[in-house]
This record gives sequence, C-alpha cells and structure tokens, in this order.
Amino acid sequence: MYGIGILKGLWVTLVHFVETYVEDLRWLGRKRYFSPEGVAHRRSKDAKGIFTVQYPEEKLPVPEEFRFIPFLIYEVDEEGNKHDRCTSCGICAKVCPPQCIWIVRTEDPVTKRPVPEPVEFYIDVDICMNCGYCAEYCPFDAIKMDHDYELASYDRHAEHIYNKEKLSKPVSYYADIRPANYTREEAVRAAEEAKKAEAAAARAAAAAPAAGGDQPAGD
Amino acid sequence: MSEQAPVQEAPASPPTELEKRFPGLVKHDERAGYEGHIVEIANLVEVATAIRDEMGYDFLSSVTAVDYYSEAPDAENFIEVVYHLYKSTGGGSLIYKVQVPRDNAVVPSLVPVYPGADFQEREAWDLYGVKFESHPDLRRILMWDGFQGHPMRKDWKEAYFEEEVKPFKNRWPEGQVYRIEDRNPFGKNVSYPAGFDPEGFQEIEDPNLYSSLERSAMEYVEDIDTEQVVVNLGPQHPSTHGVFRMAVRLDGETIVGLKPVMGYLHRNHEQIGERNTWIMNMPFTDRLDYLSSMSNNFGYALAVERLMGDKAAPPERAEYIRVLMAELTRISNHLWAIGFLLNDLGAFFTPALYAIEERELILDIFEATAGSRMMCNYFRFGGVARDLPEGILPKIKDLVQERLPRKVDELDLYLSQNELVRSRGEGVGVITPEDAIAFSASGPVLRASGVPYDIRRADPYSIYDRFKFDVAVRYHGDVYDRYMIRIDEIRQSLRIIQQVIKDMPGGEILNGKNPYQVRVPAGESYGRVESPKGELGFYIVSTGKANPHRYHVRAPSFINLTILEKMCVGQKIADVVVNLGSIDIVLGEVDR
Repeated sequence: MYGIGILKGLWVTLVHFVETYVEDLRWLGRKRYFSPEGVAHRRSKDAKGIFTVQYPEEKLPVPEEFRFIPFLIYEVDEEGNKHDRCTSCGICAKVCPPQCIWIVRTEDPVTKRPVPEPVEFYIDVDICMNCGYCAEYCPFDAIKMDHDYELASYDRHAEHIYNKEKLSKPVSYYADIRPANYTREEAVRAAEEAKKAEAAAARAAAAAPAAGGDQPAGD
Repeated sequence: MSEQAPVQEAPASPPTELEKRFPGLVKHDERAGYEGHIVEIANLVEVATAIRDEMGYDFLSSVTAVDYYSEAPDAENFIEVVYHLYKSTGGGSLIYKVQVPRDNAVVPSLVPVYPGADFQEREAWDLYGVKFESHPDLRRILMWDGFQGHPMRKDWKEAYFEEEVKPFKNRWPEGQVYRIEDRNPFGKNVSYPAGFDPEGFQEIEDPNLYSSLERSAMEYVEDIDTEQVVVNLGPQHPSTHGVFRMAVRLDGETIVGLKPVMGYLHRNHEQIGERNTWIMNMPFTDRLDYLSSMSNNFGYALAVERLMGDKAAPPERAEYIRVLMAELTRISNHLWAIGFLLNDLGAFFTPALYAIEERELILDIFEATAGSRMMCNYFRFGGVARDLPEGILPKIKDLVQERLPRKVDELDLYLSQNELVRSRGEGVGVITPEDAIAFSASGPVLRASGVPYDIRRADPYSIYDRFKFDVAVRYHGDVYDRYMIRIDEIRQSLRIIQQVIKDMPGGEILNGKNPYQVRVPAGESYGRVESPKGELGFYIVSTGKANPHRYHVRAPSFINLTILEKMCVGQKIADVVVNLGSIDIVLGEVDR
C-alpha cells in the first residue's frame, strides 16, 4: 500500500521521541544531566533519548591522547627553582608543519657553547594546526600537547602569540593530564638514568687502575 | 621537435606490449625509480585510443603535470604530463607520459577519448599552464579568470612567500617571532602585470563561464519557444555542502546546461605540500576530505611507503589498525552522506541527526586513539603513530557488533522504503555504467551504476585481501541506488571490522624508529586507496631531497563532479541539489 514506507519511518521517529521520556523516567532519582555518569551513559553504546551535551554547563571528558596547543614542561627542584626540560635543540621548530614555533637559543658568553635552555620560545597559536608532531618528536619530553581547548580571546595580535612564560607548565600538570604517558616516559627515563649510572660506575672502575696516567679515560 | 627527457643509454628492458604495438613512438621511461612509457606528443591521441580500445585500459584515473625546473644553467627544464590508467575489470596500472617545453606547453587533449580528463586537464592548464589543444572548454578551474600566472610552476611565488622549502631558517636558533602579514602588509604583497591599474579595475562577470554555458546549451533541442535563463546556485547555498557554485541554464524548469564553479576554498594544497617535508604533509592530508581524514592518511602513507620500499613496510598490527581505522572512517562518512542527502531531499535534519549520533560515537574512538576527532594525523610511514589505548577495543567491539548494526537497520527501516525518498530518488540522475567509467567516476558513484569496481578488491592494498567482504554494487545508477549503496557499504565495513577485531595481532605498531626527517629515494609513485568518496590517489615525485618534488592529489570528490552536468541535463532544477548530494562531495577536497 502506498504510504506504508512513510508510516514505518514515522514509527521510528515516534520511538525515538518516546524513548527520550522513558529514558528520563528510568534515570529518576539519578542525575542523567550535569553529572559525569550521565554524560558517560549518553556516549555509551546504550545511549538512547537525548544525546546532546549542554555545553558549557556540561563538558565531555577528554581522553588522554586528546591534543590541543603545545606547552613546555619545567621541573622544580628542592629549592623551588624552575628548570626547563627544553634544551632548545630546535627539532620541534624543524618538524612543525605550519612553522609556528620560534626558538631563540643562546650561547654562553665565555665558552661560546649553546646553553641548553631557550631564552625565548614562541608559538603562534593561530597558525598551530594541533598535529602533535612537536610533542611526538621531542627527544627530551619537553614539549607536550595540552588538554585545554578554550582559548577564545578578544585580540589575536595581543594574545595569540604565546611566549615562554605562557607556555610553561610544571611537570606535575603533565602527570595529571596524561598519567599513562607520564608513567611510561618516566620508566624509560629511569631506565636510561640507571644505564648511565651503571656505565659511569663501570668507567670509574676501569679508570681507577689507570688513575696514575695523564689522560682521563674517554671513549 | 621539442626537447626530450634525459634518456640514458641503459640496458634496454624487453619491449612491452605497448612498445611492440607502436615501435619507435613509445619509449620506456628509463629514469631510475620511474615506470611507464614516454609517448611522442604527435601520437598521443592515437596511442591513447589504442590503449583504451585494444588493451582495455578504460578507466583514466589521473592526469597531472610535473614541472621539472631548475635554475641551474645546464638543467633540462620541461613539463611532463602524466596519465595513470586502469582496467575497470581490475588489475594494475598503465602509465604514460608526454614531455613538452615549459615556454610552449601544448598537448593534445584526451577529452574525446576519456571524458573524465575534462576537469583534470583544466586543472593542469590552470596550475601549470599546459595548453590542451582541442579541449572543449579550457578555462581556469580553481583560480579565477584574470589570475596572473600558473601557481604550481616551480618559479611562481605566492603573496606571502617566505622561503622555497620548509623548515624556514629564521625559526631557529634565533627565532624572533613575527607575523608575515605584519612585515608584508596586504596590498604590498602583490605584483601586477605591466599596464594593469588596480584602482580602476572592474570585475567582468565571468564571460568565459557564461559563454561556455551557452555553447553547451546549444545542443539541447527546444520544443517550445521560450527564453532560456541562467540561474546561479551558490556559492552561498546550504545545499551545495560548502562554497560551491553551479551556473545552470534553464529552459523553463528543465536544465539545458550546468557548469560547476569551484575554487572558493582553494589554498594550493599541492604547492604547500611541495614546500613541506615528507612527514609534514601527513597532517595536511587530514584537511583534504575532512570527514574521512584516516583514509587520506592511508593514501599518502601508501604512496610514500611504495617509494621507500621494505624499510617502511608496516608491521602486522599496524596494518590491522590501519584497516580498522579506514573502515570506521567509511562508516562515519557514509552516515554523514546519507544524513545530508536526506537534508537535500527536504527531510530537514531529523535523519541527519540520527546518523550523526552514531558518527559521534565513532569520532569518540578516533579522539581516544589519534588525539583528535577529525584531524587525526594518525598514520606514519611504516605504521601508525601510537598504539590503541587501553580499553578501546572492547568499546569498538560493542559498537560494531551491537549498536551500529542495529542503528543501520533502523536507518534503513526509517528511510529506504519511504515513498517520498523513492519518488525523489528513483530514476533521477541516472548514470549508465559506460558513462561512469568514461567520466572517471569512482567509489559509490561508480558502483551504484553497476560497475563492481572497488580498489580494495580490484587492486588490493594493505591487507584487504585477507578479509571476507562483498563489493557492494547496485545497478540503476540513480540517486536512490547511490543512497542504498552507502547503506550496503556500511554493512560490509562492519563485517570487515568484526574480522579485524577477531584477528588483531599484538606486536609493534611502527617499522623501526619514527625519525623526524625521512629519506625517500628518488623516483615516482602513485598510491591509491578506496576512500569513502571514491578513488583517492597520491602521485608523488621525489628527487631524494627532504621535500617532495611533486605532490599531487587525485581527489575523488573533484573528479566525480565531472559527470554532474551529464547527470543533470534534461532534468528539473529541483533535482540538481539531490544529484549533487548523491555524489557526496567535500569542498576541502574539491578545491584543495
């Protein structure tokens, strides 16, 4: 019969419509909206009824791998001094596809050797395409991708070129937003440190009998 | 006649079928890393016709130009036009090329042999200045009329030109930040041809477009003596899926001519790609067809890996993850396409939102794996960027085994038998299989016309030969079949993903280290994948440097539009929007 197809289709929309209320009744007493478990349920495979997230009152939790605008990591020692992990090697600036990273490297005025901390570090966040290459290719785990995606501002010229101060965040922040990555990287770092210490110890042991010589042991 | 390529006196390889057929006119391409044949310009049409008719290579996949240019005094500078052909019954490619001098680049047009060359030759004319003789409608296609120069030529510089190749030298080690537009403000960054007065310039309204429209409309035989009118649909129109314009010539309500006008989103993606290093292009490919970025990554990775050889062969697990992601992309893309096709039909947004709900759950998976919902940038040469996060596989499993099959059935029940959908879709925008092949249509558009050509089966790449799936095919070639075939393909993709999850091996996800500078040996390569929209190909030429010498994208949305006029002529104007919607274009890819 002509019209059956339309009726079947309307049945589907009717089911969707009714489900919304049934779903709300099922959640009576529990919070379906404005609660983490409510949001989690609405993006699960069993989601039915209203699907929308009431941004900005509700926000979707971002997964660990989510990436948005890089930041620089610094470590704080016992005396409270900040140390950049960045050695200003420039790999991030070289791999950056839209070329939005500017780094100023300095050299020691006496020895003329590069100082392993950048004097200036800029990222033009208007140009940044959030590809995550800088974080992926940084050999020192010094630059990582952030989770903060709310960076609208009124003046792009004044606010959208991030300098080193604005980019720097403590390592504890990184550990907070990416716990799995942090644990994995720290394990690798600890293993490398141990290896280095071992090598140093071995070298010291090897150097000890030859201590009388003029030349220090080297490789 | 013209200058020839540096053909070395290498040990001659045995003559191929083509060389035997045309002795002396067709030479083997002897350059290291290159394949195919070099054809004399004078014989191009003859050879192309023979290849189509006698050897069965009826599908012209890609036409593009390469500028071999160097400022060195003794360099041989020429432009090469490259043709990639396939058989619509499956199998590998046949490549042939012609070479022309840069200052007099004239090549006979292949549109009479392969109508699908139409837009591609116009693109080569627009961007490279290769003049295709006897092309029926040789106008600029991506740039505007009156644009000076041909922007893909190696000696052309754009307005905010910084340096020839990336990485730019001023970023490190003394990178004082600036914005290029502050240094070089707008208005001071352009050069005008001699005698041009920018103040007194008045735009003439596309005379070439309208005269071309008139020419094509002449063929229509009018039965009632009425005046024909020209209507512009777009560029700002919700049904054009972006900034896209169709100049339509109407006789009453009947379409007698239609010319797509594109390029509003043109950013010279290929030029950007040739400035980039190899690895930098990966996130840029995301921005082509921004609804299916994983497939774009796949195509580019394949093309480069083909040149790099064994050292970039992806490990098992990476191959499985790649297929998993590509098929999830296909599902999410087709859901979007179906939803918006119904929008174009006038079922405003309810079907689209039902479809997008499911797409959203797929994007959640991409976000957890790749870090971004749409701009995934997940593939690397020789694998993928990172392993699947913990707990994602059970989630995908739930999705593809429980929710998505149920929801696809629901969508099917909801829409497929709807009398309005059927009456608006059946018999509308019919493409015959012969036309579909001749016009180089690919993907769902080709398969809905009864040509069961799916690259995953016809010319398998990655590990697609291991999975059981059917090539979805429908036979009417109308809008309704192009809608149905997308539902079929979602079901087949679900089948593939179920097998992938079952067999997913452990192990490495990347072959070797992930260096920030890759070495790609000199040569050319064409990597193509069955993207959700059709055949997505990447043609790359390497000279062994850190940047590609040529980076060409064979964009399925762009080439599928070639047949749009043919689909629409003779139909009512109300169907134009539906015809366009059934091709499923994304302007990021059309305009590049």
